[in-house]
Amino acid sequence: MEAIILQILNGLDKGSAYALIALGLTLIFGTLGVVNFAHGALFMIGAFCAVIMQRLLGLSFEMVDETKTDFLGNPLKVQVPYVESWFGPELGGAIINWSVPLGIALAIPVMIVLGFVMERGLIKHFYKRPHADQILVTFGLAIVLQEIIKYFFGANPIQTGAPDMLSGSFDFGTMLGFDPNVIIYPLWRLVYFLFALFIIAGVFAFLQFTTFGMVVRAGMADRETVGLLGIDIDRRFTIMFGLAAAVAGLAGVMYTPILAPNYHMGMDFLVLSFVVVVVGGMGSLPGAVAAGFLLGILQSFASMNEIKSIIPGIDQVIIYLVAIVILLTRPRGLMGRKGVMED
Amino acid sequence: MTNSNLTRRGVLKTGAVTGAGLALPTIFTSRASAFTNEPTGSTVKFGFNVPQTGPYAEEGLDELRAQELAVEHLNGMGDGGMLQTFSSKALDGTGILGKKVEFVTGDTQTKSDAARASAKSMIEKDGVVMINGGSSSGVAVAVQGLCQEAGIIFMAGLTHSNDTTGKDRKANGFRHFFNAYMSGAALAPVLEKAYGTERRAYHLTADYTWGYTQQESIQASTEALGWQTVNNVLTPVGAGDFSSYITPVLQSGADVLILNHYGGDMVNSLTQAVQFGLRDKQVNGKNFEIVVPLYSELMAEGAGANIKGVYGSMNWNWQLQDPGTKAFVKSFGEKYGRPPSNSAHTCYVQTLLYADAVARAGSFNPCAVVEALEDFDFDGMGNGPTTYRGADHQCFKDVLVMKGAENPTTQFDVLEIVEVTPRAQVEYAPDHPMFGGAEASLGECNDGA
Repeated sequence: MEAIILQILNGLDKGSAYALIALGLTLIFGTLGVVNFAHGALFMIGAFCAVIMQRLLGLSFEMVDETKTDFLGNPLKVQVPYVESWFGPELGGAIINWSVPLGIALAIPVMIVLGFVMERGLIKHFYKRPHADQILVTFGLAIVLQEIIKYFFGANPIQTGAPDMLSGSFDFGTMLGFDPNVIIYPLWRLVYFLFALFIIAGVFAFLQFTTFGMVVRAGMADRETVGLLGIDIDRRFTIMFGLAAAVAGLAGVMYTPILAPNYHMGMDFLVLSFVVVVVGGMGSLPGAVAAGFLLGILQSFASMNEIKSIIPGIDQVIIYLVAIVILLTRPRGLMGRKGVMED
Repeated sequence: MTNSNLTRRGVLKTGAVTGAGLALPTIFTSRASAFTNEPTGSTVKFGFNVPQTGPYAEEGLDELRAQELAVEHLNGMGDGGMLQTFSSKALDGTGILGKKVEFVTGDTQTKSDAARASAKSMIEKDGVVMINGGSSSGVAVAVQGLCQEAGIIFMAGLTHSNDTTGKDRKANGFRHFFNAYMSGAALAPVLEKAYGTERRAYHLTADYTWGYTQQESIQASTEALGWQTVNNVLTPVGAGDFSSYITPVLQSGADVLILNHYGGDMVNSLTQAVQFGLRDKQVNGKNFEIVVPLYSELMAEGAGANIKGVYGSMNWNWQLQDPGTKAFVKSFGEKYGRPPSNSAHTCYVQTLLYADAVARAGSFNPCAVVEALEDFDFDGMGNGPTTYRGADHQCFKDVLVMKGAENPTTQFDVLEIVEVTPRAQVEYAPDHPMFGGAEASLGECNDGA
């Protein structure tokens, strides 16, 4: 029982990331009809916004410490962050410690602008081209973005920790009446899950309860008619691209304490997120979210030793297996609408 | 009046005969080469095949830095580095056998097929006489096989799997790096001293050749101490999130987690294990501990504070205090502003050792080089007295046991040396069952003639 609860918890944080990326993918696909293979790269760039914030807050000046020596035997040059010299070591240190949550403030404008530039500068030229062309160009773009990040930040994963206050773990088991130390869950993963729920709720509320959202939903249902009513739907869809990029970016920023960011982390998530979109149903936002959590949890269960001992290697194929079964039984996915990708 | 008998057919015939005549000597000379890529001009070319892209690119970059430095020292530039401390004095800083050393580089991408393709291109197009580098055992085994077929010497870079000089050993290949068996043999006494003899270990193992041999070696050496192995779970390479593999550890009754992971996988699995509070746990009345059998500086830097107090092993470390290490760290540090990693050290030393073997043999012929390197004893290269054993082409020297430093002063000293394990403690027979047993054979040396 404890093992099952633990794997459900594990699946929730992984599922949160899948759901957020798949949500963005579906938004773009539903509005612009573009299959965006650069979406994983947007997740990765979001993660690097946290790294950039960490570096910005860590900007320092050099002081020579005569009492210590470096590896060549010269006096040690110590880096003192400006933030610490301005606000004192305690407050300054605390600000640096909170660089991941503070990274959100950087990620939102950066991702929205990046989304606009991508859409206006490149992707809009491919709206009338076949899906294969769109996939190729966005995939190429993903590689370019990856290489740019690698050029500036190197190939190694960069440790970007959660604030000390949220970096411990808590005993979830004792809350449910189990023995202590049986179900332990890292605090940050819970924060990530709640954050993902907040973002998902925010996106749905925006689409459901604002006039802008209503127009976008109408555009998703019937683009031509909305255009005939004199509404500039293209401009709104561009904004939606920016919003989708921001969602992916935020998912990336907050994921950094779970997975040290590196330049190819986006690709690892992209493929799985596409499967999530297909399982959820192309163009269906609730489908993407539900499938994200479902597949995250299934993947966790498949990693259990008891299951792996019956079917070895199941943890690596479970997602694709589920995709096959869903597509065979429900070709439009769990909540797919009729007519999407069927013309 | 000139009477010309030139006809189209005649011209063609004459051209064909002349062409064949001109080509004949080159056909013969290429056949007449005594061995593959025999250097004929005033230069000789090395091929440095390292990961320049992909997850181990950082390590590949450090290997390249060291290889470039080694070439400089061979050609008499810089301060000479370890040439000053190397016990053999066959090299004098004027290149090798009077030839200036040049090099080309290839990108292994840490993929066996890409590594073979780049090595093949360097052999066939660039005419290299030796290939050095790499950061993965899968790549090392693949490139070693290719060099054997081509008649080229392969000086394997960072490869830790027992198989490289075990069941997959080749006459044309030599390994300077230590191996998984040696890690187990060096770590066991330290683990016994730190954690006692009654422990229950849980292994998470990277699902490929290196992971298997490392797990097998560590399991054997810890079980010899009296430890029990609770479970061994294979994890996919590049899994990213290891949480679903870590959580079962909590219920397994294990009190030690052994992470047979390398590179980014190790950074992630270690970080996540710490996040799940494993190191704060008490199991069976003991503190829960984590062990990372193979360390690298670059990866330790990536794991940050999570590595504090965690034991592991290394081939070499810049903090050693012998004259060879000091000379190399000085040369490297002054040129690049950072201390060398242990993979950089391996590639640097191997480039010098190959050059020295050629100089002692008086020939670039790979079989003469093999003969010069087999059972070669030397010192001054950073790990004390060292031997390249002839029976399996494995290098034997002291091995380092490391621990994550509690209070590092810079990003370069996140690891500290706990013990220098004497070479006698990590030695084994060439026909050891973990190394292919009696069936494992180097085969015949191939010079490509």
